[in-house]
Amino acid sequence: MGYLEGFAVTFKKLFKGSRTGRTVTVPYVKDSGPKRQKPLRIHGRHVLNRYEDGMEKCIGCELCAGVCPAKCIYVRGADNPPDDPVSPGERYGYVYEINYLRCIHCDLCVEACPTEAITESKLFEFSFTNRQDAIYTKDELVVGDDGLPQQLPWEDWSDLDEVGAWTSAWVRATAPSGDATYEGRVGWSAELGFGVKDPERGQAADGEGSSEAEEGLAGSGHHSHDEEGSVASGGKPGRTSPGGPGAGGPDAAGESTHDGGNH
Amino acid sequence: MNLFALDPLLVGDIDLGIVLIVLLKVLVTFALILVAVMLMIWFERKVHADMSNRLGPNRAGPFGLLQTLADGTKFFFKEDLIPDRADRRIFVLAPFLAMVPAFVTFSVVPIGGVFTEEKQGAVKIFGNHTFLQLADPPIGVLLILAMSSIAVYGIMLAGWSSGSKYPLLGSVRATAQMVSYEAALGLSVVSVVLLTGSLSTHDIVMNQAGEGFFGIIPSWNLIVAGVVPFVIFIIAATAELNRPPFDLVEAEQELVGGFHTEYSSIRFALFYLAEFMNVVTMSAIIVTLFVGGPAGPTFFGPDWIWGPVWFLLKVLVFCFMFVWFRTTLPRFRYDQLMDLGWKVLIPLALGWLLLLAAINVARDEDWNLPLVVAVGFAVLVLGYAGIVAAVRTAQRRRELDPEGVH
Repeated sequence: MGYLEGFAVTFKKLFKGSRTGRTVTVPYVKDSGPKRQKPLRIHGRHVLNRYEDGMEKCIGCELCAGVCPAKCIYVRGADNPPDDPVSPGERYGYVYEINYLRCIHCDLCVEACPTEAITESKLFEFSFTNRQDAIYTKDELVVGDDGLPQQLPWEDWSDLDEVGAWTSAWVRATAPSGDATYEGRVGWSAELGFGVKDPERGQAADGEGSSEAEEGLAGSGHHSHDEEGSVASGGKPGRTSPGGPGAGGPDAAGESTHDGGNH
Repeated sequence: MNLFALDPLLVGDIDLGIVLIVLLKVLVTFALILVAVMLMIWFERKVHADMSNRLGPNRAGPFGLLQTLADGTKFFFKEDLIPDRADRRIFVLAPFLAMVPAFVTFSVVPIGGVFTEEKQGAVKIFGNHTFLQLADPPIGVLLILAMSSIAVYGIMLAGWSSGSKYPLLGSVRATAQMVSYEAALGLSVVSVVLLTGSLSTHDIVMNQAGEGFFGIIPSWNLIVAGVVPFVIFIIAATAELNRPPFDLVEAEQELVGGFHTEYSSIRFALFYLAEFMNVVTMSAIIVTLFVGGPAGPTFFGPDWIWGPVWFLLKVLVFCFMFVWFRTTLPRFRYDQLMDLGWKVLIPLALGWLLLLAAINVARDEDWNLPLVVAVGFAVLVLGYAGIVAAVRTAQRRRELDPEGVH
């Protein structure tokens, strides 16, 4: 009865207790309990970062707009007003708009940005209900005075405590020069509210840890990583990212791939 | 003054009670089929999800029961597009041609009643004895077949009037498929009609009610006609419904959405509704023709309550069967579909019908029944051998002369 075996297979799956009946879909947890932990480098809605003194990082160079494959970014730069500069240096972005009806969250803008001004937060639950809301202006994208992303009415930021600080993970993962097997010193600038964020696991702060990182590669284990993490996070100003790499984050084990490169 | 004695139609013997009963039946039938469709879509999605290790709809209402309602509401508010190259009038007409037959078919299906010797399937409402089906025309089965033929027009015209190639291909496939399988479907229905001696759906159900064999096996047509017409009817019905494994009409991988590719908004919803309404209706027809409709044993309480209960249970089984087919079976190839229809189902249905007719005649004329059956089977086997030989010969000729020159 070879033709009928298939019917038995599908019928068995109806019974959830059985070996083959296990449900693999995970329900959306919005109404029931805490949200699932997000991967460190999930691509969410963007933020425009600021330096620790409150200056904006964006210099209005339009590289992000140029590299955007979906043509969703619109930037116009202008000269800084001499008496009240918006960003350090000559120019700043005085118009910055992202159209989220077009954005594909590829992070090429983050890669292109020379000053780490634009990075992606972990927010993906933002269901705007009209086209105007879909276009995020600079006022909405720039981080607040505490360095956290602003919360717009249609955005679901209920896990802000957990993911609010994870806004520049991608930059820290690859900087400098996009080298995944980064060794040497911290190449990224400080952020408002957080200071200089810790390197990721397997990377090292201030050059001294590069050999340790290689040890980690050789398989000497997690012990050296933890030490390194405590060294790295000690004495840093401001908050350290909760669950972030320095603290041996929830998905630290999963994020150890980038230190597996060639030397 | 007795209100029910009024004569609103001024015909004489049709009083208000009868008019009210008919109105009530129309309302109940209409509401019943609509609610049934809503639940059917939910049921299909849930069972299909369970069988493929998923969750299915679970956001709208308890267990996602209101998902269909939410989808329907959304369809109402979507933009209604009519393509530039569409034949506008036919494009607008087609969804209704697909949906109305589904409603009409359900009107001849008995959904309840007390099928005993003395009551003959009637129920007493407002002092009148009536059947629990909207209409009982003497040609009920013909009406069912006619309506399923009209539904083909809906699909055919939808594809043709869209002014686009994928819908056209889909509707060409649909037409060929439905016309082919209608023959097998009709022939297996004729077997039932032959046994009953009537085209009325009520008579067919009445004929299947009763004690049955040995007190446990019911005298359903499924058993009385031999299982073959039942199996043929189920396969042909699945093909008529354009459901997997016969869903070449809307094979997503090849034809985008098939005949309804260009439809959007509420017009698409009508097709969707018709599709699932046809599943419910077809299950109801299978129940009526082969497994005894609402007839069944009564246990406690008023006896009229058990008719609808048996009916719903039986319909549910067949609805589940269609979903099960969909989950399990991969889609047929087009030539396999046509081979199955023309070379297997139609000859088999025809042969079985002849066998049943021979047995009927033998009973009437008091011939030797076992001998008649034996000869009948022999003729069937001979006929089958003839078909196989013909197919083989044709195949060999094609292989010898693949270009078809001679």
